[in-house]
Amino acid sequence: MTFTAKNLERAHAIIAQYPDPHSAILPLAHVAQDQDGWLTNEAMAEIAELVGTSSADVQGVCSFYTMYKRRPCGKLVVSVCTNVTCLVVGGPEVLHHLEARYGADDDVFVEEVECLAACGNAPAMQVNYEYHEHLTPEMAAAIVDDYKSGVLHARGVSGGSK
Amino acid sequence: MAVSSGKDVRETRIVTRRLHDVANSWTYDNARADGAYEMWDEVLRRADPADIHAQVKASGLRGRGGANFPTAVKWESLPDVFPRYLVINGDEGEPSTFKDREIIEKDPHALVEGVCIEAYACKINKAFIYLRGEFALGYDRVVQAVADATANGWVGQNIKGSGFDLDIVVHRGAGAYICGDESALIESLEGKRGMPRIKPPLPIHAGVYAKPTVVNNVETASTITHIMKMGGEEYAKLGVGRSTGTRVAAISGHVKNPGIYEIEFGMTFREIIFDLCGGLRDDRELKFFLPGGASFQWLVNCDEHLDQIYDIDDISAKLGTTLGSGAIMVYDDTTDPLLVAWRLAKFYAHESCGTCTPCREGSGWIEKILYRMSHGLGRPDDMDLLLSASANVSPDVMRAPFTQTTICPLGPSPVSAVASLQKYFRAEVDAACANQPTLIPVSAT
Repeated sequence: MTFTAKNLERAHAIIAQYPDPHSAILPLAHVAQDQDGWLTNEAMAEIAELVGTSSADVQGVCSFYTMYKRRPCGKLVVSVCTNVTCLVVGGPEVLHHLEARYGADDDVFVEEVECLAACGNAPAMQVNYEYHEHLTPEMAAAIVDDYKSGVLHARGVSGGSK
Repeated sequence: MAVSSGKDVRETRIVTRRLHDVANSWTYDNARADGAYEMWDEVLRRADPADIHAQVKASGLRGRGGANFPTAVKWESLPDVFPRYLVINGDEGEPSTFKDREIIEKDPHALVEGVCIEAYACKINKAFIYLRGEFALGYDRVVQAVADATANGWVGQNIKGSGFDLDIVVHRGAGAYICGDESALIESLEGKRGMPRIKPPLPIHAGVYAKPTVVNNVETASTITHIMKMGGEEYAKLGVGRSTGTRVAAISGHVKNPGIYEIEFGMTFREIIFDLCGGLRDDRELKFFLPGGASFQWLVNCDEHLDQIYDIDDISAKLGTTLGSGAIMVYDDTTDPLLVAWRLAKFYAHESCGTCTPCREGSGWIEKILYRMSHGLGRPDDMDLLLSASANVSPDVMRAPFTQTTICPLGPSPVSAVASLQKYFRAEVDAACANQPTLIPVSAT
């Protein structure tokens, strides 16, 4: 999909912030991913055109960064930390519980991630980059369910504001 | 059993005072009522950039990102070339480091004010605040802080009639630990893959868009305002030796009260772990702790290590490790050091950018060997194999600080964990790996 008129306006405002339009690739890819739910080839081609480079260049850049999803991943990206602090206080248990529970759910994409900088309140996860801390496996599932039912309102898939 | 020092140990809250004491400290009104932008206002009225240099130099402030480079020396290296840029490194991704996130989310105006003063001191008219992509809330708060500061005339054109212009761009990364390296961060800011550059040239000579660039950590920039308020010499009275002032330490793991603590340099690890953080959960025995984030050598439960003072140079001279990113991870006697070493190696294998062969290949091999060792599949010779594989990344494995065969320090980082296992847990590791048959003989390293 290509940018909506509103997002295209945002894109131009973002590009104007930088001395070199090439710097806008990452922020524009966030806008595209929030809009489409993942980073499509069409979006990357459009970003390339907007910043004056090739779509191969944009794909090469975006494939470096773990936040950009190169296939549809549903409405909710659930990122569970299992790095060294979460590891010793129950992070892997949260991950395994969510993976088992939402394995067949197309709306929920559960991923293991590296340190989320929430070690003071470990174990932690993010749902569309919103923090949830001090988790147990059951609490984590209840939080994801609240997002699914609309009790909690999620950010964009790339963490864009509500 | 390790015990507390028995002293009345307290934090010295300078950089973190507002975020603890002021409700909703991230809003403009609350921060302003607490004195935000007063120092910036005074700096503009004094109109003396050289004085900022002098104060920061007198304060002895060293970069809080992990490299401990004196901030004033960095500024003095700026060549007389314009335009020049200021880049704030908020790509906090080191495992168990979460001090910058606290400042970003809870006191963004302290960061913005620090950026203003620093830009003024270095005659910079454009600053970039690079935030880690996962900090969605932090991004919203800093964007709002910059917007509010701009609306109130603290940022923008001809600020308060001074003739000084400053434009602040808040830039979000997209998930890559390596972008915490200043040259990789600059690449990422230019819209490229976050791969570290070969140095020289240093960013101070040719950074973003090949222009002179000052790169500072979030905590460093936030501290500058307080140095100006206190006066450099007064600030330098805090701390010990060349480690002046305070450090925001992020303490996590098996302590009763994990979190961020602003510590005056010179406190001992015993005071930090057993007094400030209340000791270990369920009063278990301390087994080991990581004194400076994930990338440096570990320390264990003994008086020599616990009575080591929190001092950048002293710890490096005496124990061969550093205070790194300001993270302290504490583990009790239920923890398998192999499991922690494996998880760290897995992190570095995942985050290696792939530029340098020793890191790209080495981190993967170290992770694979540590995986089987930590999952009951270790072979009797595995520790030696691990040392041999590590020697291909950092030739003198046990030496600290490590020898580097790669462009950036990510390469030898997992080797610190291997060296720590060899130093403190060799018998435990060998016992854990005693029962599997050796498939391939390994020559001694």
